[in-house]
Amino acid sequence: MLKTKEVEFNYDNQMFFKFQNIDLNSNENLLIIGESGVGKTTLMHLLAGLLKSNSGSIKLFDKELNQMSSYQLDSFRKNNIGIVFQRPHFVNSLTVKENLQLAQYIANKNDNNRIESILKNLNIFEKSNKKTNQLSQGEKQRVSIALAIVNSPKLILADEPTSSLDDNNCSKVIKLLKKQATDFGAQLIVITHDSRLKKHFKKSIEL
Amino acid sequence: MNIFKLSIKNIFNKPLSSSISLALLVLGVGIISLLLQLNTLIKDQMDNNLRGIDMVVGAKGSPLQLILSSVYHIDSPTGNISLAEAETISNNRMVGSSIKILYGDNYKGFRIVGAEKKFIELYKGVIKEGKDWDNPYEVLVGSKVYEKLKINLGDELISSHGLRETGQSHDEGTFKVVGLLKPSNSVIDQLIITSPQSVWDIHETHDHDEHEHEHDNREITAMLIKFKSPMNIIQFPRQINENTNLQAAVPSYEISRLFKLFGFGIETLSYLAYLIIIVSGFSLFINLFNSMRERKYEMALIRTLGASRFQLSTMIIFESLVLTISGFILGLLFSRFGVMFVSSLMEESINYNLNSLKILNEEYWLLGLSVLIGVVSSLIPAIQVYKMNISKILADA
Repeated sequence: MLKTKEVEFNYDNQMFFKFQNIDLNSNENLLIIGESGVGKTTLMHLLAGLLKSNSGSIKLFDKELNQMSSYQLDSFRKNNIGIVFQRPHFVNSLTVKENLQLAQYIANKNDNNRIESILKNLNIFEKSNKKTNQLSQGEKQRVSIALAIVNSPKLILADEPTSSLDDNNCSKVIKLLKKQATDFGAQLIVITHDSRLKKHFKKSIEL
Repeated sequence: MNIFKLSIKNIFNKPLSSSISLALLVLGVGIISLLLQLNTLIKDQMDNNLRGIDMVVGAKGSPLQLILSSVYHIDSPTGNISLAEAETISNNRMVGSSIKILYGDNYKGFRIVGAEKKFIELYKGVIKEGKDWDNPYEVLVGSKVYEKLKINLGDELISSHGLRETGQSHDEGTFKVVGLLKPSNSVIDQLIITSPQSVWDIHETHDHDEHEHEHDNREITAMLIKFKSPMNIIQFPRQINENTNLQAAVPSYEISRLFKLFGFGIETLSYLAYLIIIVSGFSLFINLFNSMRERKYEMALIRTLGASRFQLSTMIIFESLVLTISGFILGLLFSRFGVMFVSSLMEESINYNLNSLKILNEEYWLLGLSVLIGVVSSLIPAIQVYKMNISKILADA
């Protein structure tokens, strides 16, 4: 499902990253673990098609990302990938529900039942009509998971989802992510420096 | 949810900064549109009342005053002239037709004009109810007068001396309403019209201490003249002004002089208003530019959700256009209220009424200008969003 080969990336000739090869089968989740500065976020952006590698190949769902135009990448992303960011971002002028509706609109979908079932599944249905800045930290994180899965992606990419959480919440969030991925039929790739997550994943690689 | 809705939500999310740009634009568009409206309305009204009058003859004084008083009925007359002298002029071979008018009295602030019947024909006045006057002391009443004062056929009006309400009242000056005129959208709407004889009679009895004056000492206030040939407009007024102790004034010339005078003020004011519109454009630009910075994570998020660069840029331009177009609409509303306000002021003080809410051609230009301001001020922010490096923004988070 995901196959990378000799991926290299450099920022303005100053920072240079060479990533080890990844080979992930369908129905597998993956933990990518590494210290700060080894290019974790860069790798995630490469996998999400937000960046293009300088050389090497990234094959995701049998598509070669390096050969796609920026427009094709946008469209590939909205159909296949959901992203959970380290810090949740929302459109502040919209309510929780409207944020999810916007995500659906972008992917040419319109399914309020799905929004409802996702919010219920994440236990934040009663916050549907709240503006996102009225939410607690934990609620924000759950809404950002909802945003990542609302368009039924085949792959969920999570960037440091647990770095600022205590042990108890850390395990809660990762279980939640895994459950959502299973419930909605997506694979999960978590990129983190948080070694507490190792025990939750069968397959992991270290950068 | 769509991009357009999102733009509107974004505007309402920042009510303060949005409303400052909006207020500036409303002010700019409103002032220009108000000036345009008033200018057109006043000009229309002035031209409408000017038709068929090439020259006015009256007592010496300010020519503009003569025109304002005897054509527009809004200023005091310059004085009276003798009927005999007026007759001499009206018998001149260059004169096509002439109408003598006399002032003297008012009824509750509305002028009572003694005039020949041609006067009503000149303004295409039509009697709605009742009949023309046959005898002295019978009057026809203009539409605004009877509407405002609730005058009916057969009513008796006791006039006051002079042209203002405060004048002393004539016990003898009782006029009988024999006819009501249809609205004609001209000066006769605000006049009470009677035969010249009525006015002569009333003042003869009033000034009975001067009873010895000869019969031909009768006076009129002014005479409206139409020439046989438009060519005469150059020669004839000058002849009168140089060779007689009467004054001749050409309305079209005086009115264009008047417009030149306050046209300068209008021009200055409209430059100011255009400046305000440009400032509103800058404020809009700064507004969008700042909100781009504040919302860069939002933008990055929307991109990661799969929106294209183009969609995001469109959103920014939409936001700007929604503001400028609503600014234009509110500006027009503002100017219409302004016109109504000025019109009510004018109606109170000089019995003139301006009421037209049609959209002028120049206002379509204003719409174009508003759209242009909207596009130009959002162009740089939209290009910035287009070029945005989402990976970098997200990595900095």
